[in-house]
Amino acid sequence: MKGQLDDSKPIYLQIKEIIEDSIINDQIKAGERVPSTNELAKFYNINPATARQGMNELVQENILVKKRGVGMFVTEHAKQILVENRKKLFYETYIVPLIEEAKKLNISKKQLIEMLEKEEA
Amino acid sequence: MRIEVKDVSKRYGKKTALKHVTFTLEGPKIYGLLGRNGAGKTTFMDILAGHRLATSGEITIDGKKPFDNREILKNICLIKEADNFHENMRIKHIYKSYAYFYPNWDQPLADRLTEMYGLNKNARFKTLSKGMASAVGIIVGLASKAPITIFDEPYIGLDANARKQFYDILVEEYEKEKRMIIFSTHLIDEVSLLFEEILILKEGELILQEDADQLRSKSFSVTGSVDEVEKFIANKQVINKKKLANMMTAYVYGSPDEAAERKLRVEGMPIQDLIIYLTETEKEAN
Repeated sequence: MKGQLDDSKPIYLQIKEIIEDSIINDQIKAGERVPSTNELAKFYNINPATARQGMNELVQENILVKKRGVGMFVTEHAKQILVENRKKLFYETYIVPLIEEAKKLNISKKQLIEMLEKEEA
Repeated sequence: MRIEVKDVSKRYGKKTALKHVTFTLEGPKIYGLLGRNGAGKTTFMDILAGHRLATSGEITIDGKKPFDNREILKNICLIKEADNFHENMRIKHIYKSYAYFYPNWDQPLADRLTEMYGLNKNARFKTLSKGMASAVGIIVGLASKAPITIFDEPYIGLDANARKQFYDILVEEYEKEKRMIIFSTHLIDEVSLLFEEILILKEGELILQEDADQLRSKSFSVTGSVDEVEKFIANKQVINKKKLANMMTAYVYGSPDEAAERKLRVEGMPIQDLIIYLTETEKEAN
């Protein structure tokens, strides 16, 4: 979990990411309660309405479920959904810049693969 | 509550502090009212709080004019940088007079904050240090529970810890009981996360009113070769640009959508930076 937010990106998106990361990392598991907008607002010194916007999007995406008067909870398939989404983004976010940088440095495809295999071992 | 500002101008002799300003503020929300010194922020807040009259145009609150109107004014609490209270009054008497004026006054909150800031309720206001005097302003503003609470640079002399305490309490109180808070400050980086909507005044004119997160997603910088950056910004609102060798960084307000295709490096811009660029005078920009 991040200790501080970045003022150059929308805050509600960062709140979303923080919750998503906690679910992907198993810090908050299926069926468990996530921090309330109150707790988030206080922790990060942000506007509660902004925190709520991030949480509400997660409800729409079936990552969280609202239980009236109790709080918000991680749904059964939350982690699965998030991992699938992240996989789709993986190519764009990591592979494309990796290949670009490798080209700049004249690292061949073969060398790249060698590096990856070394990492695995 | 709904504040409507219609074509408001304010002149002091030859100087025009506000020029035909029109906008609407609505509902419980934390607004950031930002701009340089002399941009007209304080004048606007004074008119809103019924302390001054506009030269032309009008401000109404739920359809009614605030000036000399007790029914409206008991809903508005303005805390300024200084001169909020009578020098000779004791802190406890300041609280009493506000409790008399503001129907929602929260004495337990005032007591709790007085203790938190280590103030002596029996001390006379004139014996307080600058920081302590500011603390009294902050306490009164929060405890007034006025549906429209306005803080105009309320913390001269308060150290970083005391300001942090103030932000914490503000969030806590706001979450408990929503109201409209209008916040004007130069310490933008400290409070920008609290704002839901931001208004920027420049030389007496309103140059921007926008949701804070929208502002964050629409303000960014692009960096790349001069050619590519120039092509990208051709039809965009460019706030600033700078060159180094054959590279260029442009600060843009709009959509970053096509930037990635042009292989430009896109970076977000903190609200503070955006405001610095937007409120720069021509002279400074050159």
